[in-house]
Amino acid sequence: MMPGGLRYLRRKAVNALLLTLSAASALFGLVFLVWILREVILRGARALNWAFFTELPAPPGVAAGGMANALVGTLLLTFLAIAIGVPTGILAGTYLAEYGRRNPLARAVRFVSDILASSPSIVVGVFVYAILVKPLGSFSGLSGSVALAILMIPVVTRTSEEMLRLVPDTLREAALALGAPHWKVIVAVCYRRVLGGLATGVLLAVARVSGETAPLLFTALNNPYWNWNPLRPTGTLNVTLFNYAMSPYDDWRAKAWGAALLITLMVLATTLVARLVVSRTEIGRS
Amino acid sequence: MVNAPPSAAVLPPTLETGPSAGEGRTSGAPSLRIEVRNLSFFYGGHRALSDISLPIYDREVTAFIGPSGCGKSTLIRCFNRMFDLYRGQRAEGEILLDGRNILAPDVDVTALRARVGVVFQKPTPFPMSIFENVAFGIRLYEKLSRSVLRERVEAALQAAALWDEVKDKLSQSAMGLSGGQQQRLCIARAIAVNPEVLLMDEPASALDPIATAKIEELMEELKSRYTIVVVTHNMQQAARVSAYTAFLYLGTLVEFGPTEQVFTNPRDPKTRDYITGRFG
Repeated sequence: MMPGGLRYLRRKAVNALLLTLSAASALFGLVFLVWILREVILRGARALNWAFFTELPAPPGVAAGGMANALVGTLLLTFLAIAIGVPTGILAGTYLAEYGRRNPLARAVRFVSDILASSPSIVVGVFVYAILVKPLGSFSGLSGSVALAILMIPVVTRTSEEMLRLVPDTLREAALALGAPHWKVIVAVCYRRVLGGLATGVLLAVARVSGETAPLLFTALNNPYWNWNPLRPTGTLNVTLFNYAMSPYDDWRAKAWGAALLITLMVLATTLVARLVVSRTEIGRS
Repeated sequence: MVNAPPSAAVLPPTLETGPSAGEGRTSGAPSLRIEVRNLSFFYGGHRALSDISLPIYDREVTAFIGPSGCGKSTLIRCFNRMFDLYRGQRAEGEILLDGRNILAPDVDVTALRARVGVVFQKPTPFPMSIFENVAFGIRLYEKLSRSVLRERVEAALQAAALWDEVKDKLSQSAMGLSGGQQQRLCIARAIAVNPEVLLMDEPASALDPIATAKIEELMEELKSRYTIVVVTHNMQQAARVSAYTAFLYLGTLVEFGPTEQVFTNPRDPKTRDYITGRFG
């Protein structure tokens, strides 16, 4: 029996066509990802050696030299950005989810936060240049961290809000019914329930900003020497990569690939940790 | 359509005269613990309860029965002011707990909730260890040494008939317990803060028959120490566990009386129809 033979064949053909197209598209995307990774790993691995992690940059033509200052600068700026951006983001998300679910202020905050999340990072860089670098009279690691924090805040805000919204109201009521004040319910019960989700939001925000270079060009600028003072210009892997890659010197460009690999590995590690955290918590299981 | 009988008609004489003649009861005369007077409740513009008046007797189980949406849960949520959390929800009338109107604006809601514990329909264990779940409420009110806190937690778990099952895994997550165990944990958590009144909103409806039987047994024991108000969809459960029953329908109190009388000789035909399963 062959009900509507022609239509059946046509349906099969369409199915096969769509399957091929979608598989090809997926492969197409994957090809570039693998290609990028291959180039970065092959070229970067050659540049990575002990000196890369321990020495200061050397002038072009000198074989030795590394990016130790830039690596430290990146870590410093990232931690400072976390210190500024994460509490702000989590508290803002808490306001949106716990206190201002439907009030006009919350709606405005949500809207602005979404705009901020999609605003070009270079605009944020210029903004911080105007409000911090100019008044302070100097490029500084601190202003770089502020720029990164501004980029992190909307990401952390919205993930915190989404996570807290997953906490069932019955759980809040159960804690409130014991006579617990609202802040205690949030800290002891709600945060605890979505700890994994909050951590993931933070890690994803870190991964998001760790590739940013444009805002740092206007704020932290660069520094070829050791710098521990957040009020002085600070070298970072990203800006060093940018400078080296644009330079006419072959050995600098080789080192730029090393920086590229290092940044890629750091983002990869952050993302992997985020995944691991998710899979180990309630959010991942439900 | 459906009109509530005048409130006075459904109240046993004890309400006005104090502990005297508990209708149809042979054991000692009950004393009044909570008195609901002309309570109406609104969700925004929608009136969910109309002019409810009824007594809740000390150290007895009072059951609220009625079809879904009749207002049972709304009524129970008034007893600890849970509706305060939500904008647009308000109550009119009075609920006197030991003679004080708990709906008055100057009432300290936190203190009220310490006196009136709640067990919800679905178990609501906190995302922490079994021990911490029970200790959570105690710590809100008292600063105790580790050993005293341990004793209090054990006592609460004993009272909730859960101790023997969890004594070796107090530090494990409460999320790993079975549904029935979680519900008894929630009861332990509620009674750990020594409330006077225990509100139970369909405490067994998410549980299997064995776990349900355990909860019912527990209520039987707990009523010697606490005044219990239970909302239930289960007629047999109401008949088994309660001394008094209130039947609500469409936001009005149709009938209130000793459970035996309500079930065997209901005054209102609507109560009889509901109990015999003709609607609801």
